[in-house]
Amino acid sequence: MEGIIGYGASIPRNRIKVEEIAKVWGADAPSYKKGLLVEEKSVPSPDQDTITMSVEASKSALKRAGINPKEIGAVYIGSESHPYAVKPSGTVLAEAIGATPEVHTADLEFACKAGTEGMFIAWGLVKAGLIKYGLAVGADTSQGAPGDALEYTAAAGAAAYLFGREKVVAEVLETYSYTTDTPDFWRREYQYYPQHGGRFTGDPAYFKHIIGAAKGIMGKSGLKPTDFQYVIFHQPNGKFPLRVGEILGFAKKQIEPGWLVNKLGNTYSGSSPLGLTATLDISKPGDLVLIVSYGSGAGSDAFILKVTDRINEVRELAPKTRELLNKNRIYLEYGTYAKFRHKIRKAE
Amino acid sequence: MPTPSRYWREIPQRYRLEAAKCKNCGYIAFPPRLVCPRCQSRAFETIILADAGKIVTYTIIRVPPQPFSDQAPYAVGIVELDDGVRLTGQIVDCAFEELKIGKKVKVEFRKVYEEGEAGVIYYGYKFVPA
Repeated sequence: MEGIIGYGASIPRNRIKVEEIAKVWGADAPSYKKGLLVEEKSVPSPDQDTITMSVEASKSALKRAGINPKEIGAVYIGSESHPYAVKPSGTVLAEAIGATPEVHTADLEFACKAGTEGMFIAWGLVKAGLIKYGLAVGADTSQGAPGDALEYTAAAGAAAYLFGREKVVAEVLETYSYTTDTPDFWRREYQYYPQHGGRFTGDPAYFKHIIGAAKGIMGKSGLKPTDFQYVIFHQPNGKFPLRVGEILGFAKKQIEPGWLVNKLGNTYSGSSPLGLTATLDISKPGDLVLIVSYGSGAGSDAFILKVTDRINEVRELAPKTRELLNKNRIYLEYGTYAKFRHKIRKAE
Repeated sequence: MPTPSRYWREIPQRYRLEAAKCKNCGYIAFPPRLVCPRCQSRAFETIILADAGKIVTYTIIRVPPQPFSDQAPYAVGIVELDDGVRLTGQIVDCAFEELKIGKKVKVEFRKVYEEGEAGVIYYGYKFVPA
């Protein structure tokens, strides 16, 4: 059966703590930390962007899959921070991993859901028999306006998945998507920072779509929360995924392995895909895993995965996600962070 | 400064570390050459260089060429890859006091240079602590 044959993660080494941001804006750090359940977030170096992190995550996915990159038939990057407005990110990735020129490539965009969108399409093409292998990446170097609540969580990271029919690490048993037109978060053309609907991003947006997708896929497959070893929800902050899990009837121990947000922040298109890499890192053969993404605008993609025996062979072939998260951290002061994120206006 | 066409010509080396290995004597040329400097053979095969190595030597650039002015001070080093090939490149995400000859590094894909806010972004290899 078709499924994930390799996976990989990329997380920048730089971090900034909530206290460091709160200090600049005169905000109360403890209440932000308590409200968001976030302690620190990742920050890309000035020479890192969605493309560079996508390449690094994909190289790890290739190491785990052990396939010839020339046989990859499709390369998709889902992101809301593609470095170019016009010129694809995917071509750089396809070239960097050696998949060109016989490859279909597209950049996807759907707020935080773009990563699982690519996974859905790549898996679909493999299942249809149109391509042998498909690569899908969710990556972002997300921006929050200075002083906005989003600044405490907008982080950077990437997760890459290779799909195929042989050497499968996690079979895709079921998929389901739940989409409506809901303006909870947006960024217009030429605008640098996104805007959001405050509390409107909660119940009618995040919760409605994730619950809709999770109930939909469980109904379709006949499975219930206790059938799953692990579950990953989109992580815009620490609280939302824990609360939606509770509402749906999942226990904290099912959520925690993929719950990276307290130390990572919200990596947007990389968020739930990165949670899945961390979960696969500790999964055992036979485990059932549910992943439900969320993208503002709004929609959720859900996948039910069954981990295979091969997980034990590939796990150690590339860096594990928790290692990337916990090792080699470089803590930044706000000034350096503002410089790295191009928040300082310079002379032309 | 590189032009988009020159950058494009160098993509196999900058993105994938593609080198030419002499089929006659095994000499590895990076970037590739037409004639082997050791045995004058013209028969090469394409290989991909190792993605890790160790620092042979390094320096800190404090007065950089203009396009790199935002990045200064930054480290540039010669790294001997695990396959014996030596490459020059920036060493990033590493505090200067942690730079040491012999330190293990790995190759990462990074932005090397961008033509201002509106121009082409040039990607390539750099080194980070392993």
